[in-house]
Amino acid sequence: MPSSSKTVSIYVPSDTGARSLGADAVATELAAAVEQSNVDGEVRRSGTRGLYWLEPLVEIETESGRVAYGPVAPEDVAGIVNPDGSANERHPRYLGDVENLAVLRRQNRLTFERLGITRPASLTDYCEHGGYAGLRNAIAQSPAEIVATVTRSGLRGRGGAAFPTGVKWRTVLEAEGRQKYIVCNADEGDSGTFADRLVMECDPFALLEGMTIAGIATGATKGFVYIRAEYPQSIATVADAINTATDAGLLGDGILDSAHNFDVEVREGAGAYICGEETSLLESLEGKRGTVRFRPPLPAIKGLFGQPTVVNNVISLATVPIILREGADHYRDFGVGQSRGTLTIQLGGNVARGGLYEMDFGISLEEVLYDLGGGTASGRPIRAVQAGGPLGALIPPKHFDTPLDYEAMQAIGGMVGHGGLVVFDDTVDLGALARFSMEFCAIESCGKCTPCRIGAVRGTEVIDRIRSGDNADANRVLLNELCDTMIEGSLCGLGGMAPLPVKSVLTHFPEEL
Amino acid sequence: MASTGSVRYWKPYRRADDLGTPAVHSDVSVSLEIDGQSVSVPAGTTVMRAAIQAGVSIPKLCATDSQEPFGSCRLCVVEIEGRKGYPASCTTEVAEGMRVSTQTPEVAKLRRNVMELYISDHPLDCLTCPTNGDCELQDMAGAVGLREVRYGYDGENHLSAAKDTSNEYFTFDPSKCIVCSRCVRACDEIQGTHALTIDGRGFASRIAASDDRSFFDSECVSCGACVQACPTATLAETSLIALGQPEHYAITTCAYCGVGCSFRAEMKGEQVVRMVPNKDGHANHGHSCVKGRFAFGYATHPDRIAQPMIRESIREPWRKVDWEEAVRFAADRIRSVQQQHGPLSVGGITSSRCTNEETYLVQKLVRAAFGNNNVDTCARVCHSPTGYGLKTTLGESAGTQTFDSVEDADVVMVIGANPTDAHPVFASQMKRRLRAGAGLIVADPRVIDLVRSPHVQANHHLQLRPGTNVALINAMTHVVVSEGLEDEAFVEARCERESYADWREFIARPEHAPENLEAVTGVPAAEVRAAARLYAGARNAAIYYGLGVTEHSQGSTMVMGIANLAMVTGNLGRPGTGVNPLRGQNNVQGACDMGSFPHELPGYRHISDPAVRGAFESHWGVSLLPEPGYRIPNMLDAAANGEFKALYVQGEDLAQSDPDTQHVTAALSALDCLIVQDIFLNETAKYAHVLLPGSTFLEKNGTFTNAERRISPVRKVMQPVAGLEDWEVTCALSNALGYPMHYEHPREIMAEIAALTPTFSGVSYELLDRRSSVQWPCNAERPEGTEIMHEETFPIGKGHFAPTPYVATDERSTRKYPLLLTTGRILSQYNVGAQTRRTGNVSWHEEDRLEIHPQDAELRGIVDGKWVGISSRVGETVLRAVVTENVLPGVVYTTFHHPESGANVVTTENSDWATNCPEYKVTAVQVVPVSEPSQWQRRHADFSGEQDALMRTADRDEATTP
Repeated sequence: MPSSSKTVSIYVPSDTGARSLGADAVATELAAAVEQSNVDGEVRRSGTRGLYWLEPLVEIETESGRVAYGPVAPEDVAGIVNPDGSANERHPRYLGDVENLAVLRRQNRLTFERLGITRPASLTDYCEHGGYAGLRNAIAQSPAEIVATVTRSGLRGRGGAAFPTGVKWRTVLEAEGRQKYIVCNADEGDSGTFADRLVMECDPFALLEGMTIAGIATGATKGFVYIRAEYPQSIATVADAINTATDAGLLGDGILDSAHNFDVEVREGAGAYICGEETSLLESLEGKRGTVRFRPPLPAIKGLFGQPTVVNNVISLATVPIILREGADHYRDFGVGQSRGTLTIQLGGNVARGGLYEMDFGISLEEVLYDLGGGTASGRPIRAVQAGGPLGALIPPKHFDTPLDYEAMQAIGGMVGHGGLVVFDDTVDLGALARFSMEFCAIESCGKCTPCRIGAVRGTEVIDRIRSGDNADANRVLLNELCDTMIEGSLCGLGGMAPLPVKSVLTHFPEEL
Repeated sequence: MASTGSVRYWKPYRRADDLGTPAVHSDVSVSLEIDGQSVSVPAGTTVMRAAIQAGVSIPKLCATDSQEPFGSCRLCVVEIEGRKGYPASCTTEVAEGMRVSTQTPEVAKLRRNVMELYISDHPLDCLTCPTNGDCELQDMAGAVGLREVRYGYDGENHLSAAKDTSNEYFTFDPSKCIVCSRCVRACDEIQGTHALTIDGRGFASRIAASDDRSFFDSECVSCGACVQACPTATLAETSLIALGQPEHYAITTCAYCGVGCSFRAEMKGEQVVRMVPNKDGHANHGHSCVKGRFAFGYATHPDRIAQPMIRESIREPWRKVDWEEAVRFAADRIRSVQQQHGPLSVGGITSSRCTNEETYLVQKLVRAAFGNNNVDTCARVCHSPTGYGLKTTLGESAGTQTFDSVEDADVVMVIGANPTDAHPVFASQMKRRLRAGAGLIVADPRVIDLVRSPHVQANHHLQLRPGTNVALINAMTHVVVSEGLEDEAFVEARCERESYADWREFIARPEHAPENLEAVTGVPAAEVRAAARLYAGARNAAIYYGLGVTEHSQGSTMVMGIANLAMVTGNLGRPGTGVNPLRGQNNVQGACDMGSFPHELPGYRHISDPAVRGAFESHWGVSLLPEPGYRIPNMLDAAANGEFKALYVQGEDLAQSDPDTQHVTAALSALDCLIVQDIFLNETAKYAHVLLPGSTFLEKNGTFTNAERRISPVRKVMQPVAGLEDWEVTCALSNALGYPMHYEHPREIMAEIAALTPTFSGVSYELLDRRSSVQWPCNAERPEGTEIMHEETFPIGKGHFAPTPYVATDERSTRKYPLLLTTGRILSQYNVGAQTRRTGNVSWHEEDRLEIHPQDAELRGIVDGKWVGISSRVGETVLRAVVTENVLPGVVYTTFHHPESGANVVTTENSDWATNCPEYKVTAVQVVPVSEPSQWQRRHADFSGEQDALMRTADRDEATTP
């Protein structure tokens, strides 16, 4: 029975990543341990801090802040909390004050300011940590002023194309339409990426607040969050948050007693990578096959059901509240050049410390891979890193001094994309990786345009021939031409970028293919 | 007697021109430079269309000017100064000052490499391919200079994909498919059936019909749009596969429904390879349906009557004779009947299936050579109330619009018509407008396709009881008047003040309120009010109606009710509005125009008008009787009474299509001389004494006039089976009767029509050659014809409001006959089926069935697919039942495409009060389960067997004659 008057809060992450590493079992074990002890404790499920090599990461609220333990296995639970309810500083998994962890101190968490701190479903937690202040500011402004703020912040689309968000919003604001829409692209299909999922599973109100601000800024009264079917927990969490926000007057008619109306619905994807491409996503939202539309007309002019539509990535939208709360300058003061603010890097693959790193734009690949990531998990040298998802170039170590900003990465034939970095050590078969990008394209192509539909299949076949030594030189010429045909001829980025890994291998690792 | 040639209309075969993307209408002109050439096009035009219009060809596969740009094939890439990469010209709109290069080394390489990918998954069997010589893929491979396929041919491919030959008329060979989606888009955008899709994704993407079924088992309606759209041999006509490429073609007009689609008859000598809808056709804009597109094989069917035949009595075998003997025999019979029974004892029936010129000659024959006005036409039994009702109210017996007018309609109201089955090509155009957002009201006792089909749903389905049309239109109009929804300015400016005042007082009476008529029509009052508000509130609202309006005891009243509603809401005289009768047969409008009715000379002018009559008398050199002659029912009654003894029937099957079959056949049996001119031994011909072989629309020259008053050419592409075109036969008969008729070509007949008919005075074959079609009135005032009628005034000056009291039909459900039978058509068969039953279309509809509601079926122990007897007070027949909720309880429905079905054995002599149009749409019947055919059906089978034997005897006699 509880002996102390104050309840001890114990935090265990609840996102899919932490759970896959055993967080649920740890939480159960902790709850049982508290129950059996005399401590008045409560196990709370927060979001993750995104430090996956430390997951399951258990935190205990103390008078001087939260202290962390990790990675915690169920058998480690015993003894984490002292019998008097204090945190056991001598526990082998004890990491100390979580906010003081070097890996968090180095980060500038703006988009993810609440990550791991709040409980995802708690609107109270969200509001206590700065939530909905941005929306309140937005309501006090004209649409044009909101758009100007977002434009001035320098925020660019985090989905991959890096188009200035404010410019897109202005187009929709100025477009004529009987019903405008805000569509959130949450079809996060790039291998090695999980930032969208973290927003949805750990801080869903940030997304809803961002969408609501977008709606007010552009005159859209209806929003859709298109979430990939492989994210069931995201779907459930966002849907719950929509209900909570609606009940609290933060969605629906007369938001916060203003004249603004905005509704959001969750739509589940049907398992096609191509539906992360915005026009395919719109087709899918309309109930059709997910195939690519030609552009122009841009979705901002003629989008969902032919109406002006903002299609933004989860991260772009979830970054809007802090910009509206703290002001455009606060955000644009981070970053370099044309890449302002922070990049939410998702570090994965063969890396010692994989997880989420929200860093100012301009940090070099080297710093990310070695200083933050700690090199490979295998301890072997890094051979290549794939940046920007499965269609991103394989970057050799000689370019690791490149700063992570849109323009610098483009200059070396790479891309920032959605901020995913996948690390490979020197045992990697880069020829096989090149083949995989063609195979991936062949599997995921919508089938509409010829270069992608047929080209990707022929790409795997030609690579197979090269790798088996069948007329390799001539086939290398053919492969190069095929890559150009796909890049120049494809209707969308899938066929247009699938050759990039291949070309990067041909360029940087000629001995591999 | 030699037939006229038509070679001057034949053109060497070549694929129709294609500008790649549809025309764009804009007042703004944009100038750009394409390969150094200055070009100006309307804003919104694509670079591709601008280039092709300027004579610059750009390779393309997925683009076609009948479909919206798609941008998938990537062959049409170009370079545009100041733009990144290689934009597709089909999806890039022109911009002022744009500089486009269509041929650069980079573009050439990209195109060639894309083509190389295509061919890496395509069979290399060009020489044995059905589209060899007419294949866009083949052409494009040549255009881009593809010389090798470096990928080889042993990669992943679809070359062994199995053919789908389930459809009678076309083959789907997926091994040749390039997945351009033109077929899918044709089905979606043009036809509007949405039967096709792409199944799978990436390299596995394949065309699938419905849920990947065979084409035959899918929702496909065989309109042929996908076949026409296919740039390869993937979808190819079975006839093309069998015969090879056509070598010439002629533009002609379909001989099925009143849409009057323009076709290219693509020929090899005298053999039709295929019928392809003409992209420049003003009624159909390159679209078609299963009948016009594919069901032309009847023209060469072995059942065709190939030689004139005569016999003394109908129990005797036929004797094959030459034309001269047959015509002499017929003429002698007619004259001897007239000598014996008086000049009024003979008559003739013109056909809505024949050309204007032929119809004109038959009525001329009757009036000038027979010397009476006993001429009538099959329009009697379909749209005669349209003529009467519209003439009374609007002053002209014709629909007011063009088909294209529907593109401007904001609300469409369909009454008693089933366009997706009976007028499918116009239905596709209408559905396109509905998909674009126009409102839809359907008034029909049945749940027709339009009520709910892919991407189309009626805002209001007014599912009224058969026979209550007038009550419904009165209720709707009452709402307009009582809720202040009238267009007062239109009424004031365009309509008669006095008749309006009287009519308004009439319609405003409380008895016409929807609430008070709900019990009559069965349609909820709120639904009627909502429909009336939708119609009256639209900027442009159009009414389309069919035989569900006319074939009633109050058919003419209903037509006037419709006209009243259109006038009082100001929905006349501009695009998007109007009163539009959908004509059943290809030339109903024309047959009526040509003076086929006993009381009217060509141009709807009464025979009693001395000035009009005088003009014809002087031109024809005879004197004409001033009194109208017999209508068809009068002829039949008089024949049954022994007062009417000889009849010349051109291209109509009274014994199957007219009501109360047993009365009709009794009348026909009583004739001394029945002359039937037809392409087959139809039901009527079994009672004939003279059989004159008819010619199909492929075998003659002339014109048809469609439902929008459009006169279009019919062109001869093969010799008539028996050597003479129908108009030549009429001439021969007239000459044999001693009244000379001498024309070298139907153009001369049209010249005579034009000379005598003010609304046709500007019509000539020269004009048709130039314009390809023209809508009457066409005269000095309107030398290029008239698209929209009544733009400023009505032909009678001001519009006339006619009161339309609802009078219930005598044909009502009773204890003995508790159900109401209504009849209609289906897509694949045409009217009496004489043609379509002799084509592959039978695979979709091999017999007529009776639709009955599950409640009525259960009450009677009727099971789906089992025999039921349908009896009315005049007759009984037996059909298989279809238990369906498409009909209301208390209503049963059938089609009449097969003679042995005997639908008209059941229908009665009841008819429209003004025009005698039969009340086909309402017959009180009882339906019970039975185990064998009806007595009539047995008698019919016996009689048909006997007549077939007598025909075979003629064949045998001929074979044994040296």
